[in-house]
Amino acid sequence: MPVRKTPDKTLGESLRDHGLSRRGFLKFCAATASMMALPPSMVPVIAAALDAARRPSVIWLSFQECTGCTESLTRSHAPTLEDLILNIISLDYHHTLQAAAGEAAEEARLQAMEDNKGEYLVIVDGSIPGPDSNPGFSTVAGQSNYDILMETVEHAAAVIAVGTCAAFGGLPQANPNPTGARSVMDLVKDKPVINVSGCPPIPMVITGVLTHYLTFGRLPELDAYHRPLAFFGQSIHDRCYRRPFYDRGLFAESFDDEGAKLGWCLYRLGCKGPSTYNACATMKWNDGTSWPIESGHPCLGCSEPSFWDAGGFYEPLSVPITATSGAILAAGALGAVVGGAATVLAKKETKTIVAHRQPVTVEELEDKL
Amino acid sequence: MSGSMEFLLWTKGPMFDIALAIFAIGLFARLAEIFLLGRKPNYAEPRAGEWLPGLRTVFTRTIADPGTFQRASFNVVVGWVWHIGFLIALLLFVPHAELIKGLFGIAWPALPNPVVDLVTAITLIALVATLVHRLTHPVKQRISTIEDYLVWTVVFLVVLTGYLAYHRLVNPYPVALGMHILMAEILLIILPFTKLTHIFTTFIARWYNGAAFGRKGVQS
Amino acid sequence: MSELTLERGLAAFRAEIDAPTAAFFSSCVHCGICAQSCPFYLETGDPKYTPILKLEPLRLVWENEFTLWGKLKGLFGLQQKVTDEMLAEWEELLYDSCSMCGRCSLVCPVGNDLAYMIRKSREGMVQSGHAPEGLIAASVRAIQTGSPMGLQWKTLAVQIKHVEDSTGMEVPVDKAGVDYLVLLSSMEIINFPEYLEAIAKIFDHAGVTWTLSTQCFEATNAGIQIGNKDIAAQLVERVVAAAEKLKVANVISPECGHAYTAIRWEGPNLIGRPYPFRVFHIIEVLDELRAAGRIQTEGMESDRLSMHDPCNLARKSGVIQQQRNLMNLVADNFVELKEHGKFQWCCGAGGGVSSNERAEPLKLAAFKRKKAQIEEVAPERMVTMCATCRTQLEEGLEEFNMEIPVVGLTEMIADHLVEKEAREHE
Ligand code: SF4
Ligand code: SF4
Ligand code: SF4
Ligand code: SF4
Repeated sequence: MPVRKTPDKTLGESLRDHGLSRRGFLKFCAATASMMALPPSMVPVIAAALDAARRPSVIWLSFQECTGCTESLTRSHAPTLEDLILNIISLDYHHTLQAAAGEAAEEARLQAMEDNKGEYLVIVDGSIPGPDSNPGFSTVAGQSNYDILMETVEHAAAVIAVGTCAAFGGLPQANPNPTGARSVMDLVKDKPVINVSGCPPIPMVITGVLTHYLTFGRLPELDAYHRPLAFFGQSIHDRCYRRPFYDRGLFAESFDDEGAKLGWCLYRLGCKGPSTYNACATMKWNDGTSWPIESGHPCLGCSEPSFWDAGGFYEPLSVPITATSGAILAAGALGAVVGGAATVLAKKETKTIVAHRQPVTVEELEDKL
Repeated sequence: MSGSMEFLLWTKGPMFDIALAIFAIGLFARLAEIFLLGRKPNYAEPRAGEWLPGLRTVFTRTIADPGTFQRASFNVVVGWVWHIGFLIALLLFVPHAELIKGLFGIAWPALPNPVVDLVTAITLIALVATLVHRLTHPVKQRISTIEDYLVWTVVFLVVLTGYLAYHRLVNPYPVALGMHILMAEILLIILPFTKLTHIFTTFIARWYNGAAFGRKGVQS
Repeated sequence: MSELTLERGLAAFRAEIDAPTAAFFSSCVHCGICAQSCPFYLETGDPKYTPILKLEPLRLVWENEFTLWGKLKGLFGLQQKVTDEMLAEWEELLYDSCSMCGRCSLVCPVGNDLAYMIRKSREGMVQSGHAPEGLIAASVRAIQTGSPMGLQWKTLAVQIKHVEDSTGMEVPVDKAGVDYLVLLSSMEIINFPEYLEAIAKIFDHAGVTWTLSTQCFEATNAGIQIGNKDIAAQLVERVVAAAEKLKVANVISPECGHAYTAIRWEGPNLIGRPYPFRVFHIIEVLDELRAAGRIQTEGMESDRLSMHDPCNLARKSGVIQQQRNLMNLVADNFVELKEHGKFQWCCGAGGGVSSNERAEPLKLAAFKRKKAQIEEVAPERMVTMCATCRTQLEEGLEEFNMEIPVVGLTEMIADHLVEKEAREHE
């Protein structure tokens, strides 16, 4: 398969070539604007910018992952996957989606890197066994994940870590982390890294970040975890439609009780919404059909670091992670022994004191007069 | 890593374990220290048993006698308000009830959040009032030690961080919640080594008091 | 020659620490409410008289030596030690400004029995040589002469003679096998000789057999007031020996609150064994006789009377209803002080304060609490049943130019007895 060079056409030209009408294009721009919480006045700006933008070359690296993120991406609806691949970006390397296989595929990656040096974007899904791990834990074409990553990002413009595994280590990193899995952010220090976390991430957030990059030519504003604020600026809890029930103290206590049927808050069933920053509550899933809490399931906190190790999914947020009453009792018993021993010693001492306690005599008292 | 979520998970995980262990070891050591000292046998002919009057005092001492109430109304009322407020927030707030259930498997009904919210606000005000009283009343000025102010600060911060976390006034939320949990853990850690022990020992003290007086025919 | 030293004092503090003490110190929250129950703080307004503060030496010994935390502090040299200077400073707090009235013990919200610990603290004070002179002198006299005031049997014998002359009755002395051995207090013998006459009359009237003992007539215990077990135990042993010798089943403590708590509650523990007899306060005995219908009275006091409950009798010994029953027998215009019974206010003289000349001004200050209480109900006379309280009330009222006489309840009952002849005529 011939290596595809990044086309010279602008995005506008490309879209028109594919028969997208001006109206359709503006609609897409409007959707993008609203998704990123930009005012409607930005729509023409986005349109103009996209019209003139060159489609960037994108290299998608998959490491220790489950393909859930790609699955999610394929369910993106605005823009759709076809839009994305065919029009907005030039996806030059992606295990699951590319036609090329074997050496040709690797060749494509190297070619794209060569041709777009310093300008291409790298998208990573999956975590990476760190440099100190056995390189054989995960390889592509005989090359360790770590080496591929480092080689690929060297001349990239930016890295987008898609999914919680790439962003924070995710499932592979969960205790006891047998492969020494690391996040992209952990390993790539000299390039901008954007985390689009979630297990999987919301597809529109992935495309939204790319659109933003194309529109403004720079990366979006990020939170402390390098997540785009436009999508991760608010917690699930803050935008949850069940919130009024939380505020009034109405909680479902089991999955089939009256409260559950009435759609009350899922806090007591383990909802991690209060501490989870993601856009599920506003953007929803599957073309805006519904989202986990709407379907009656508590938020698992999938877009947060260490969510696999953050206590049981069905344990309320306030329940400590590891402590057990048995352990408390054991500590108490130890305390009783320690305190008891100390007291017994003190008492023994006192007993000798009492035994040697000198009785007060009248003479001694008289002496004081 | 030192992000907000890691902080929250640290407070919910290892730090909680450490705090609870120190608390349990310290408290049981203190209780052993007390009980093992024992009492000397009492040979005086009793007027009544010890158990019942002792138990009665455990409850009755919660309420000040009318004269004391009159002489120290502010002290008594404010003390009452914040103790009750603290207990309500501690035991009847849903997340706390869930914590206790998760830890010990015992559950009880909780109050609606807005009620707890109001109670917490009142508790905070009452706590400030106790501090002002401690700083201004001559007796309290004289008998207060650094420990009193330390304990006040910790208790106040526990309630305050809880209030801030509930209202999500600190961002990101994991920091707010983590701070609250951490303050509660600090409270647990210092509990066995400060006057906070009274949470447990006051019942012992009251029992001994009630028993000693009850034995002599006075309900203390 | 041995001496009282700080080391001995510390050892005595240590020996006093028991489970209740540890529970109490563990529980104090420094709320300061105990101050609101102490007449010495309330009437002087000086916060150093806050009850819990008086216990600081004992508390330090407890913290330093009986808690894990204190020992840890010790490892880092952070302990505050009890010094001789400290004890010297605390002498005033533990003796002059505390009548061991026990009111604070009833008020502390966490349940601290402060008076119990004051008593314990005094053990350390005596052993370290920091007891007030007045109390030391009283203790020495009690051991050497049998009376804290140095009173001899011959003085009492004169009184007995006097009572016998004026009543024509015999005052039984050293009679074995009688119902009751009657003890007296020196204060009573000197200040209120009427008492002896009153009980002679009442017992004769009720047909009770009783006796005094030449071997031991003194009921008070200076050893307990000063706070020393050794002296106190010796004094208790004298009572026990006298009672055993006369083979009495009951011992009566006189109108003296302190003597009653000393012999009734502390005595058996001081000698380390239960008594072979029972102990009563005279008021308990009188009320029992009343209940059994053995006391017939006539006439009623019609003036406005109020009553002072001695701390030792009411709050610290549970004798509360008895004196009211007796009052109602002979007074029809009896008004209670507002806070009475177990919540009464101390007259200010107990716990050795009255034997401690240095404490005179504080004693008078503390009395102002009682004075205010009395003024509130404005009685024409006060009734009480403790010679120390009675003396303090009389002196205090006089000091403030209040003309309110104070009477002893036993005498008042004696005054209303139906004459023997009259009864026989019926
Ligand atoms: S269901 Fe979850 S996110 Fe929604 S209000 Fe309840 S706790 Fe918050
Ligand atoms: S609701 Fe929570 S667990 Fe579910 S996808 Fe959204 S962030 Fe993840
Ligand atoms: S026993 Fe009475 S006098 Fe002594 S400190 Fe307590 S209240 Fe004050
Ligand atoms: S009343 Fe009790 S708790 Fe309060 S300061 Fe006094 S002893 Fe301590």
